[in-house]
Amino acid sequence: MTTDTNFPAPRLIGTEGLDDLYQALVAEGYRVIGPTVQDGAIVLRELRSAAELPFGWGVRLEPGGYRLRRRDDQAAFAHSAGPQSWKQFLHPPRERLWSAVRTPDGGFDLSDQPEGEPARYAFLGVRPCDLRAIAIQDRVLAQPGSRYAARRARLFIVAVNCTEPGETCFCASMGTGPGAEGGYDLALTELMEDGGHRFLVRAGSAPGAAVLGKLGGEQADDATVGTAQSALEAAADRMGRQMPAGDLRELMADSRQAAHWDDVAARCLTCGNCTMACPTCFCTAVEDTTDLTGDHAERWERWDSCFDLDFSYLHGGSIRRSGGSRYRQWLTHKLGTWHDQFGSSGCVGCGRCIVWCPVGIDLTEEVRALHAERERES
Amino acid sequence: MTAVPPPMRPARYVVAGRHAETHDTVTLMLRPVESPIDPPRPGQFTMLYAFGVGEVPVSLSGFERGHVLVQTIRAVGAVTRALCAAAPGDMIGVRGPFGTDWRLSIADGRDVLIVAGGIGLAPLRSVVLTALDQRARYDRVVLLVGSRSPDDLIFTRELETWQRRGADVRVTVDHGHPGWEGHVGLVTGLIENAIADPADTAAFVCGPEIMMRLSADILVHCGVPASDIRVSLERNMRCGAAVCGHCQLGPLLLCRDGPVVSYAEAAPLVSVKEL
Repeated sequence: MTTDTNFPAPRLIGTEGLDDLYQALVAEGYRVIGPTVQDGAIVLRELRSAAELPFGWGVRLEPGGYRLRRRDDQAAFAHSAGPQSWKQFLHPPRERLWSAVRTPDGGFDLSDQPEGEPARYAFLGVRPCDLRAIAIQDRVLAQPGSRYAARRARLFIVAVNCTEPGETCFCASMGTGPGAEGGYDLALTELMEDGGHRFLVRAGSAPGAAVLGKLGGEQADDATVGTAQSALEAAADRMGRQMPAGDLRELMADSRQAAHWDDVAARCLTCGNCTMACPTCFCTAVEDTTDLTGDHAERWERWDSCFDLDFSYLHGGSIRRSGGSRYRQWLTHKLGTWHDQFGSSGCVGCGRCIVWCPVGIDLTEEVRALHAERERES
Repeated sequence: MTAVPPPMRPARYVVAGRHAETHDTVTLMLRPVESPIDPPRPGQFTMLYAFGVGEVPVSLSGFERGHVLVQTIRAVGAVTRALCAAAPGDMIGVRGPFGTDWRLSIADGRDVLIVAGGIGLAPLRSVVLTALDQRARYDRVVLLVGSRSPDDLIFTRELETWQRRGADVRVTVDHGHPGWEGHVGLVTGLIENAIADPADTAAFVCGPEIMMRLSADILVHCGVPASDIRVSLERNMRCGAAVCGHCQLGPLLLCRDGPVVSYAEAAPLVSVKEL
């Protein structure tokens, strides 16, 4: 899925074009997942129609705070990242790996057939930050033959360029947004100009180009393409936050013994919300279970969190007992050692960990403090 | 249908032999029921599954004809207790082999110094056997074995054989008991005297982390380059495929980048508390 200049020119569609897009994806056999309002938040779930998109809703974000708000317009994608990310579909929170039955001779038989074909998802409304998050999880989880790889290979992505960054967003300083650069089948830019509520649609793959051909609308003129581009440039300048500049990988390695971890530990509840909300956090645990007869066993994989005391358990006790060491593990992995392990940063600047932290810990502020401590000590 | 890929699916093995090493440690010989796992290299580990109980990482102690895995297990929790209780004929699930090996080739033409603490001798057994099988490739082969008490010594049947085959085996216990005529003291106390030419020595160390750190620091202090010291580290290995995140030690995912690493790499990491 690379962006190719050979794909058809971008087109302009109206809001009814979103219906056409939804129908085209359903006709192709996809389960369409997208943002919608539910339980006071914008959640990601299977959509019954394009009308379920959160038209006219925005959000107000702050450290430890998330509120929906009515917008003055009917924009569908003018909200920032919500509590969930797309990983819950590609990398489900809980999944059975295999089951086994005891045989009469005391041995066991193993069955590793999962329930049904891997789902064919179409993600409608993937932000550039989340697009990068999917690419980052690919590098960890898309091992040949894995269930993740199977779901990923069937995935259709409709990205949405971000023209309304939130108060806790910092994708521009992480180099992941606000515009999508490849890795999508289609990319939308929502335009609320004098010409009405329209979407500029660009194809980034052959399947994307095929769907684009079914959308109607009109070919976009240069002026409109330029307007969309300026909207993205303006968005980059309106980021609510900024990750401090500099080599974060080096800063994390230099900060292993920093006193600041104790400062964070005094606030951090080690609840693990940040790891659940983070679109790149991938850690899992396995659970081996049996039924009451003891003759049927199963192995389940479930999301785990490095904030859990058991995460680093060895016989005799856990390695990371203090809250400070667990926050250090999370942050230094995300921003530092992720590079060593998987060739990129593990942070995309979506801001979810700031919003969904119950005590409002802001990683950009913690990085700033670590930076200051290193300056003082040197 | 997409089946679970081999790294996550256990292969079935049966217990072909069982030897009680000490009151809490057992060596199992595991024979494949169907297609075996890939041949392991010395230092690698497997994930052993006790039906319905769970799975634990265990370093290989040996690999024998017929794809038989030799695995020495100390009962310290529910899964290891179930594995230690396995009788000949019982079925065990095996995934692997995973991780890095001892890289014995760094000792070619030089002295091999093996330092083992407690159950740490188990992963080093294949180093001893490999070195003795190719005895002429190395200069001196010295094995230092430490254990808490004479009763906690493992592979006691083999220590003499190894001595006969050309290894210089020196055993010490932290606490002796009446009748013990051997050395008493920590294994770290034997290191300095065991080194002939530090620049021409490659060391292989396994035991509790504190013992490995102290041993490696003494070796470095005596002039053995940190890059010629190999240690086998332990963290919470779960998946073996570098996808579950549990076995991280700084930049390392120990199920993939370890368990055996050079002390040059390990020293800055194991010296940080709770890393």
